[in-house]
Amino acid sequence: MKYLCLIYDQEAKWATMSKAESDAIYAEYGAFTNSIKESGHYIGGNPLQPTHTGTTVRVRNGKISTTDGPFAETKEQLGGYYLIEAKDLNEALQIGSRIPSARSGSIEVRPVQAM
Amino acid sequence: MTSDIERVYRDESRRVLATLIRLLGDFDLAEEALQEAFAAALVQWEHDGVPANPRAWLISTGRFKAIDQLRRRARYDASVAALVHEMDGASWPVTPIDGDGVEDDRLRLIFTCCHPALAADARIALTLREVCGLDTEAIAHAFLVPPPTLAQRIVRAKGKIRDARIPYQVPSRADLPDRLDAVLHVIYLVFNEGYSASSGDSLTRPDLSAEAIRLARLLVDLLPESEAIGLLALMLLHEARRDARQSSSGDLVLLDEQDRTLWDRELIDEGCALVQRALALGPPGPYALQAAIAAVHGEAPRADATDWEEIVGLYDLLMEAAPSPVIELNRAAAIAMRDGEEAGLTLLDAILERGDLADYHLAHSARGALCRRLGKNAEAITSYRRALALATQEPERRFLQRNIGELEALSS
Repeated sequence: MKYLCLIYDQEAKWATMSKAESDAIYAEYGAFTNSIKESGHYIGGNPLQPTHTGTTVRVRNGKISTTDGPFAETKEQLGGYYLIEAKDLNEALQIGSRIPSARSGSIEVRPVQAM
Repeated sequence: MTSDIERVYRDESRRVLATLIRLLGDFDLAEEALQEAFAAALVQWEHDGVPANPRAWLISTGRFKAIDQLRRRARYDASVAALVHEMDGASWPVTPIDGDGVEDDRLRLIFTCCHPALAADARIALTLREVCGLDTEAIAHAFLVPPPTLAQRIVRAKGKIRDARIPYQVPSRADLPDRLDAVLHVIYLVFNEGYSASSGDSLTRPDLSAEAIRLARLLVDLLPESEAIGLLALMLLHEARRDARQSSSGDLVLLDEQDRTLWDRELIDEGCALVQRALALGPPGPYALQAAIAAVHGEAPRADATDWEEIVGLYDLLMEAAPSPVIELNRAAAIAMRDGEEAGLTLLDAILERGDLADYHLAHSARGALCRRLGKNAEAITSYRRALALATQEPERRFLQRNIGELEALSS
């Protein structure tokens, strides 16, 4: 079964971080990604550019409207994702809890709907 | 015959359901299968008598009925066809249908219904529905919510179990402490709702407490962990005092004023023995410690013979194991009994000053009681009034009003 792990964290923290600090986090992410590739749980995953690069688009009554920024202003922002394969929610949560940002932000684990 | 089937239903239906959920992998399908199996039993047992192993008969009949049902559906839905094939084939694992396997299924059901990925109120509803077999109406009534709201909670929870694939399993050793905690929490919430209903005009709803105690007994049988035993002991020791904590007019009677001849000695003895058992299993957790405190009260023949030294010591341990402002408040009350009201009041005021318990009516009510005993009547009235503004339960409100009335009569 596929699960999407959505990574939420405070984007503002990255701006104030030293290079050594952010390097350490990237290294941790690299090690985590390798470990779930080796265990066969990894399907895909990427960090996202910051929310100010986001654009929200809607179509109402056939008209496109475009607005700057994310859909909702929240305390923690969506900053990346992993798509994983897990046998059940317990295993997916166990993997989610190992994503480095779980310790500073939060990870939403959502089952992917089979089509 | 009908009464035989009723007895089997009462004794076995929850076990049969737990196993059918594992075999069929679906709560709703398993419930339908359970009903159909009993309907079939009603017909067949009439002729052939009750089989030697009614549980095994019901499980296998339920499973066949479910496969039939799926086969009928498969004619309309290709996606079900694959599932039927999977369940029907010789590859289907032969599972033990009595002995350990079945008891494991009951434990699986408890852990699944209390899974932390489910909403807190849904866990309670689902546990009472599936594990205890209460009907939706009864649960809704007990928790004072409209039946459709409660039904909705159960439907959503089952939907999440299915869609997010919450597994039907007993957690691994590593996860057990956390997950057991979630189960114990559900049981204790059910008990408390029955022991001290959060609102409404009656002080207790004994049925819910009885259900919580039944659940805890089952859990202790299946998984005799220290904290499970501690929780069962704690509930039994509270339950033992039920008749004494309410006057004939329905008013609240505090522990030190209770008629101890009304306490249920059998429950107290059982509770005390369980406390010993829980404490012998290792460093005690919060439930075992609270039970130990309740046991000290239970063993005191009179309120003024209470071993407050022991109780304060247990609160100290409890503050280490599970620090919380409410535990701190209870510890302050125990200190007041051991070292005098002034000492207790100093601690209590420090807690209230921090603001943690500013909205907790029992903190103000406890302060009112301490001030009253110290003869600080005006302060006592102020605290009781603050408590009254926060209390929602009728008997508690009457208790506070009575105290305010008595103090006002004294000062006028």
